[in-house]
Amino acid sequence: MNAPLLQITDLTTQLGNPKQPSQVVDKINLEIYPGETFALLGESGCGKSMTALSIMRLLPLSGRIIEGCVQFSDVGDLLDLPEKEMRRIRGGQMAMIFQEPQTSLNPVMTVGRQIAEAVELHDVQRKTNSTKRVIELLDAVGIPDPKRRAKEYPHQLSGGMKQRIMIAMALAGKPKLLIADEPTTALDVTIQAQVLQLLKDLQQDTGMAVLLITHDLGVVAETADRLAVMYAGQIVETATSERFFSKPGHPYGRKLLKALPDASKRKQRLAVIPGMVPSLKQKFSNCRFVKRCDVAIAECSSEIPPWVFGSNNQQVRCHIWQSDTNKPLEQSILRNQDSGVLNDSSQDLHESQDFNQDNKDNQVNQGSKTLDQPSNNILLEARDLCVHFPIHKGILQRIIGHVRAVDGLSLNLYPGRTLALVGESGCGKTTAGKAILQLLRPTAGSVRFAGQELTSLSTNKLRPLRSMLQIIFQDPFASMNPRMLVGDIVAEGLIAQGLNNRSTRRAKVLKLLDQVGIASDAIDRYPHEFSGGQRQRICIARALAVEPSLIVCDEPTSALDVSVQAQIINLLKDLQINLDISYLFITHNISVVAYLADEVAVMYLGRIVEQGEVHEILEHPKHPYTKALLSAVPTIDDTGKQRIQLEGDLPSPADPPSGCHFHPRCPEATAACSLKYPDTVILSPTHSVRCEYAKF
Amino acid sequence: MTKNLIMYTKYVLYYIYINLKFISFLTTRLLTAIPTILGVALLVFLFLHLVPGDPVELMLGDMVPAADREELRRVLGLDLPISVQMANYFGGLLYFDFGTSFFTRRPVLDSLLERLPATLELAVSGLSLALLLAVPLGIFAAKYRDRALDTSAMGFSLIGASIPSFWLGPMLIMFFSLWLGWTPVSGHDGAISLILPTLTLGTALAAILARMIRSSLLEILSEDFIRTARAKGLSENQVLLRHGLRNALLPVLTLLGLQLGSLLGGAVITETIFDWPGVGSLLVESIQKRDIPMVQGCVLLISLIYVAVNTFTDLVYATVDPRIRLAKN
Repeated sequence: MNAPLLQITDLTTQLGNPKQPSQVVDKINLEIYPGETFALLGESGCGKSMTALSIMRLLPLSGRIIEGCVQFSDVGDLLDLPEKEMRRIRGGQMAMIFQEPQTSLNPVMTVGRQIAEAVELHDVQRKTNSTKRVIELLDAVGIPDPKRRAKEYPHQLSGGMKQRIMIAMALAGKPKLLIADEPTTALDVTIQAQVLQLLKDLQQDTGMAVLLITHDLGVVAETADRLAVMYAGQIVETATSERFFSKPGHPYGRKLLKALPDASKRKQRLAVIPGMVPSLKQKFSNCRFVKRCDVAIAECSSEIPPWVFGSNNQQVRCHIWQSDTNKPLEQSILRNQDSGVLNDSSQDLHESQDFNQDNKDNQVNQGSKTLDQPSNNILLEARDLCVHFPIHKGILQRIIGHVRAVDGLSLNLYPGRTLALVGESGCGKTTAGKAILQLLRPTAGSVRFAGQELTSLSTNKLRPLRSMLQIIFQDPFASMNPRMLVGDIVAEGLIAQGLNNRSTRRAKVLKLLDQVGIASDAIDRYPHEFSGGQRQRICIARALAVEPSLIVCDEPTSALDVSVQAQIINLLKDLQINLDISYLFITHNISVVAYLADEVAVMYLGRIVEQGEVHEILEHPKHPYTKALLSAVPTIDDTGKQRIQLEGDLPSPADPPSGCHFHPRCPEATAACSLKYPDTVILSPTHSVRCEYAKF
Repeated sequence: MTKNLIMYTKYVLYYIYINLKFISFLTTRLLTAIPTILGVALLVFLFLHLVPGDPVELMLGDMVPAADREELRRVLGLDLPISVQMANYFGGLLYFDFGTSFFTRRPVLDSLLERLPATLELAVSGLSLALLLAVPLGIFAAKYRDRALDTSAMGFSLIGASIPSFWLGPMLIMFFSLWLGWTPVSGHDGAISLILPTLTLGTALAAILARMIRSSLLEILSEDFIRTARAKGLSENQVLLRHGLRNALLPVLTLLGLQLGSLLGGAVITETIFDWPGVGSLLVESIQKRDIPMVQGCVLLISLIYVAVNTFTDLVYATVDPRIRLAKN
């Protein structure tokens, strides 16, 4: 192999008070070779972004690099460069793009100007003025009509376009290394697929190396050549991507892979990693993962594990991993798998509810039976639901049009079942959820809940019914009042339902917290003292307090790490079995759907384009949009997967395309598609699709 | 030739179109302001008639016979029922008749227009001084946050904000006028008499503005796009001035508009201390004399100025922030 482009040796970075610092990056060693994609994989807080910022020397004020050496290309040690020289490297030979394209661009400067800034700084041999180069760059990242777009401001562009602008900016200095920090995390899957493909193409054209920082195992599997797994500030494993996904070495990586939800795991609990990442303020004298590791031996808690080298350049920092002859570990893991279901649940804080497979199977069967005579047993029925937001204009605020956020949506939800509402952001799925709960009054249509029409009820008449209908939100950080005690947050619903006796209420709150696996002392603490996963549990307890029969879950795990997501999903599934709750599960995460849902409805631009049982939709999708959506999801074993690349962005729901809304992006559209919105085509008693050509 | 003509016509039409938009925005704003201003006028009218204190008694004193008082009351129109007085007043407003002063017997509008320039002069100079001090102070404080420069700048600004102008004014007079004899004690007589009132007004304003600019800039500097600008390879000063400042000044602009509004309405205390012949001191004099039409005139003028300045602020805001500009179109 030729010389590495970037060689990091013993890089150590601290954050915070120098007297009691957090060692967020601890003696990192890694090499990146020209042209390759190297992924730094890990959950939030493991130090992967800090590593990137240390390389760029862009640490926040409280951060400082303690030791180490970052050899880059022919420049030498970046840490020794004077700041002025370093500025020539930044955005020049080494560029960086970030997670949030929404906030990463200056809102008061045209995007063309922002790119031009980078061009003027780094393209020193440029003879013509920068405008021409800016247009070239915009063209290179696939922005249509670049001349016009260059004059626009960031808020006029979609999220995917903004990330393309960021990439164009990064390309301005013709970088040899592009650091991409969670570049697609904030984007929809179809847009994510576009951006990843773009990065791949650019890499092929320019030969630059990419350091990809992500927590998404699927993205790593699809793009990376080699990877390093980070845990608690350290690298615990490096391997080729292929090797890691077939034979992960470190117990942490193994656990992460097992925590990923997918269809094949439906009958079992997801693996969880108990406990939390240890505080990085301490000096470690043992393996950092030992407290959460279920295969740990005595040595693990007393000695720092050494690097163990295996074949295919795999290196693992673990006492018990023994390269290719790793029999002891294999066995101990197998042993764990035998009792795996039980073992995991005992770690999952709430042992009381074991996950009973047979029980679940029975329920599924019963559920299927009810489908044959649906009219008797429907818990919630929405018919032709519409939510239109008027667009006002002028002095008199006259209405000049409507944003058709939800435009004729019909769905049935059965007791004890989970219906997943799937779609990209902006398709109206959250609005639909709110309209079903009457948190937002629908413009037209009907919602019947347990036989009662909700849309015609007054706010007062609705209030007693509210206890049956609850919601869990996406962001557990923003959905609780930060000035209220957890106990009061959970008790609020009880008070609203008229439970006035203090001691009964307290007992009930404690029981609820126990049910979601939160220790009882939480009652007198504030939300900020809890981690994201714990907060989501508290939100679930709050919803459960009033004994609902339907919970709308609005992306409840998309703000959480994989291992924490697994805990929440396990909890939701347990609760469903024990309490017979129905979920309307709003999400864009297909693997969660595959694991959790009974029925799936796919939404596009305010309408459901396809719905059916989960295996019908995921295994035999008929609508071209469903097919494209499913193919865009990055997966770990994608051998021979055919990707359907969608062009462009979601059209505006204020001005949807004529005929079938999807036809401008549809790879299978014919002239007829632009004339009339297709009728429903019934494929089976449960499976229906709105596409004329789905029959064939 | 014809091509040029078409181009030219197009340009003119576009220009008219843009201006129509602008004019329609302005008319909307002014139309919505009318109820506000009338409401203010109504409240002031009622309150002035509710509070104790009879202008006739103040003008004539106790020793005048009752018949003379009645006569004066009749001349001033104060004998009429309050509803009629109100109707007369608001009727007059329709054709810009603000009434006549009880004391000088001159139209209120004349007195107002006479006093306005002095207030304008003081407002502009006070605000300019405030900006001149506050912008660099705020920027330096933000750039060197938590260091000596920041602490001293913010210390100065704390002092500036906490010293009341009714203390600072007399102190400045004592020092510069009485001891050093450099400036006149009070009055409106050439540029030199402007210095002390400007200092009094400007330092207090500068103190608040500097704090606001600092905190706004610090907030912006922690935004993601600042990190993007650094990652691009821009120097710290370029990041601060090109990407930080313009965004940071947006909230400051709103504050500035409010402050300018209140300054143009007359800095009552400062004008009184320095005997500055502005709208503020006119208001105070008129209240003391229960010169009802004059007080009403002042208040109306002040609320009008407020509306105008806030409209102007919105316009400026829209040109600086593209998100607002385009949302309107």
